[in-house]
Amino acid sequence: MATQSSRIAARIMVAPSVILLFVWMIVPLAMTVWFSFRLYRLLSPDRTGWVGMRNYTWFLNSPDFWLAISNTLLLVGGVLAITIIFGVLIALLLDQPVWGQGPLRILVISPFFVMPPVAASIWENLFMHPQNGMFASLALGLGYQPVLFMEDYPMASVIFIVAWEWLPFATLILLTALQSLSSEQIEAAEIDGAGPFNRFRYIVLPHLTRAITVVVLIQTIFLLGIFGEIFTTTQGGPGSASTTLPYMIYKQAVIAKDIGRAAAGGIIAVILANIVAYFLMRGIGKHLDA
Amino acid sequence: MARTYSTRRKILTTAAAWGVALLIFFPVLWMILTSFKTEASAVASPPQLFSADWTFENYAEVWSRSDYPRFFWNSVVISIGSTLLGLAIAIPAAWSMAFVPGKRTKDLLMWMLSTKMMPAVGVLIPMYLLFQRLGLFDTKIGLVLALMLMNLPIIVWMLYTYFKEIPGEILEAARMDGASLWNEIVHVLTPMALPGIASTLLLNVILAWNEAFWTITLTTTKAAPLSAFIASFSAPQGLFYAKLSAASTMAIAPILILGWFSQKQLVRGLTFGAVK
Repeated sequence: MATQSSRIAARIMVAPSVILLFVWMIVPLAMTVWFSFRLYRLLSPDRTGWVGMRNYTWFLNSPDFWLAISNTLLLVGGVLAITIIFGVLIALLLDQPVWGQGPLRILVISPFFVMPPVAASIWENLFMHPQNGMFASLALGLGYQPVLFMEDYPMASVIFIVAWEWLPFATLILLTALQSLSSEQIEAAEIDGAGPFNRFRYIVLPHLTRAITVVVLIQTIFLLGIFGEIFTTTQGGPGSASTTLPYMIYKQAVIAKDIGRAAAGGIIAVILANIVAYFLMRGIGKHLDA
Repeated sequence: MARTYSTRRKILTTAAAWGVALLIFFPVLWMILTSFKTEASAVASPPQLFSADWTFENYAEVWSRSDYPRFFWNSVVISIGSTLLGLAIAIPAAWSMAFVPGKRTKDLLMWMLSTKMMPAVGVLIPMYLLFQRLGLFDTKIGLVLALMLMNLPIIVWMLYTYFKEIPGEILEAARMDGASLWNEIVHVLTPMALPGIASTLLLNVILAWNEAFWTITLTTTKAAPLSAFIASFSAPQGLFYAKLSAASTMAIAPILILGWFSQKQLVRGLTFGAVK
């Protein structure tokens, strides 16, 4: 059994991680709260002072704000939907007896290891570029006009690129979960006369619930912060058409150089993320055996 | 009762599976192929799968003309440095959480994971100003610290799930035999935990190498790693496709290969043991 001294030693060993994480979280957050109530523009550094809630009201009333919120939700929801639906389908396919399971897994997982700026730049330039991209050549070859992906469908293009990066992750996790499903159960259902759809609906899908929950949790953590892909491709444009909440805050801070307003946006983003996190952690905490 | 499959069916599913896998992999393959073309054939219409004028010129040029080696080196230092530092801090924490759990351990772990949910951009400005003030802006050490802290919750979680599988009785036996805490960690725990530590290391090097927020916002040129370099390779206008592809291929090659080796551990690691 753990003795008193080993308990104390344990606390001491946990301390650096907890303190570092706490400082890393709380110091910048406190500074952001402070800035969010102040007039602070890098372009006019002499004019400072308290402005109460004005940064917040500006941010919440900006027409870009609701667009950014809906773009963020569209990005997270769209990527989750695509990766889970196709992830389940591809995992079901790879779970069948096929030749070359090993190489197949390597091919399928590869996009996950491609860094976001590279993924974005391959798709933007080699495929979606309206003059030199492969899609443009294909369209012209078939007698159509090339699609202006980044101009006409910026959000859909970003969602597509991000979904390509995350599809392997979802597929691999769902495949791993599928492989732990006992074949006896499926066979028993088959003997009882359950068709492929019913076998999927009543045996496979319930078995995958835990894996799907985990995919949702982990992808949401990463998807809420998507930045590199937008920075590399559309820069949030045209106009604000593909500006997400993180990108809107980035633009306020780095391009408009209005620290106060960007900070207010940051606090709004933190509050929204906490709401999402609360529900996710409640739903998923029981699936992680801590 | 073993299921029997007809060869016909296996051929069909194999063909379908390879078709889907190649479709998913195709953009990477296309980038690699483009990196060996001349700039003219890189933008040829209709696109050529293999070009007649196969060349290594792009690699040589990217490597020698730009500051590419420096970006590459920065990526290496930042990803490995932040992971090693993170492990040094996380191993004791994960060890004590796994073997001497308290009433609050689960809450603490959940809290750590929840810090990952905070959008990085929410604290961009203070980080930017703090880094400037502390002289960490655009330095490798600054990025090592930032990425270490960013990935610390994941490192603790992954190690925790691996450590939890080590039977506690072995440690107790060692303690009975009079092993000190230090000896317990170095001679008993570490050898048993090494596989878990290795896959944590591998996965976090990958995450840090591919990180594309702090690396872009907290650097300009000196400490910028490959992610920032590629992100700024803006609007190549067709003329630089082959070179862009060569630069990108070199940027992802080390991680792609590491990833292939670690893919078996990937699922366990990134789902924190929830899916095995």
